Amino acid sequence: MRSLIDITDLTLDEIDKLIATAEAIIANPSDYSSRCAGKKLATLFYEPSTRTRLSFEAAMYELGGNVLGFSDAGNSSAAKGESVADTVRTVSCFADIIAMRHFKEGAPLVAATFASVPVINAGDGGHNHPTQTLTDLLTIKREKGRLDTLTVGCCGDLKFGRTVHSLISAMSRYANVNFVLISPEELRVPENVRSEILERKGVAFEETTSLDDAMPKLDILYMTRVQRERFFNEADYLRLKDSYILTPEKLKKAKSDLTIMHPLPRVNEISTAVDNDPRACYFKQVLNGKFIRMALILMLLEAAQ
Amino acid sequence: MIIGSINDGIVIDHIPAGKGMELYQYLNLAELECEVAVIKNAPSEKLGRKDIIKVAEPIEINLDILGFFSSAITVNYIKDGKKVGKKHPVIPEQIVDMIRCKNPRCITSIEQELPQIFVLTDRDKGIYRCRYCDTKAK
Repeated sequence: MRSLIDITDLTLDEIDKLIATAEAIIANPSDYSSRCAGKKLATLFYEPSTRTRLSFEAAMYELGGNVLGFSDAGNSSAAKGESVADTVRTVSCFADIIAMRHFKEGAPLVAATFASVPVINAGDGGHNHPTQTLTDLLTIKREKGRLDTLTVGCCGDLKFGRTVHSLISAMSRYANVNFVLISPEELRVPENVRSEILERKGVAFEETTSLDDAMPKLDILYMTRVQRERFFNEADYLRLKDSYILTPEKLKKAKSDLTIMHPLPRVNEISTAVDNDPRACYFKQVLNGKFIRMALILMLLEAAQ
Repeated sequence: MIIGSINDGIVIDHIPAGKGMELYQYLNLAELECEVAVIKNAPSEKLGRKDIIKVAEPIEINLDILGFFSSAITVNYIKDGKKVGKKHPVIPEQIVDMIRCKNPRCITSIEQELPQIFVLTDRDKGIYRCRYCDTKAK
């Protein structure tokens, strides 16, 4: 059964096809409005989410399908101690495809092992978030017209920010992409991302603590939130949370065609004064997320038939 | 120091010095009723110092465990006092239920019946990572 757990589960050809399908949906949504009629998506969200869950649900409704599920582990049998394996075996009896978010890393992989329907990882702790990456790739493709030959700046919490890890993993597969990794010392990208993705693939990257120094080089600026829920220690969170705040002043040094992205939710790392800057693309990202999830649901349901 | 030779059994040789007892535990050799000798810090031309385990019974050994420990390890098979075979364990592509993931955020931390699977991600450096959360094995 084909599932999507990690962005590298998809070949570049498959990513290209998903992007092409998403763009076709954007161009002619009515052509797709009943493609999933009679199908059900189960959204199993063990952790709070606004965008991702609603995006999956909107995607399925716009394909003519239906949605069932839960948005809090407390409302499921997980609260009674049921295993992920048993939950997805049960849900496989009711749904044609599953989107799972879980606070534990690797839970969607366990789900995919035991489910008899496709499983989509909708975020597992600080680990992977492949549909956000697909969203980001679609956004970059639509804004820049390409996925290669780009300087991508990732700024903020690069240690716990799963979206950044997945984005680096995905963008490293395209030619002439280099990264500027901007973070406080304590929130640098994990060693495995550095050694087993960037260094192994020979991808050019630099690490810096200065957003100001990095700004003029960037084609893409991917901002992230310092995530309170990933810290065991509140004092560490409070010390680091305001490390980088993007303001119109800081953007004066940026290229005129910079693309500013953020997986959202934001706290204060992008000033609301930036929202009206034509380079701000984070709300377009949200919309793109729905379209790429529609394309993904179609692809996995077709593969399951 | 002289340890008697064995008539039938196996000799696990070229164990990195200091790792002999750890390997003894991983292989569950304490459960055997036959003679087992763990020799620590024996002189070695290849390694300088090495550990050796001798088992006076022709048991089946999990070569994956040996490969995970060190690709330098060799297993000599002894029959009627003579060496009748030798194996060099290869580094396994994955190991199952040998070590536990230490990441408190890993799904295996709350679902303990799941198999503990570690996958070889860097053959040159011998790095294994948890299949679920990608945490490096220590």
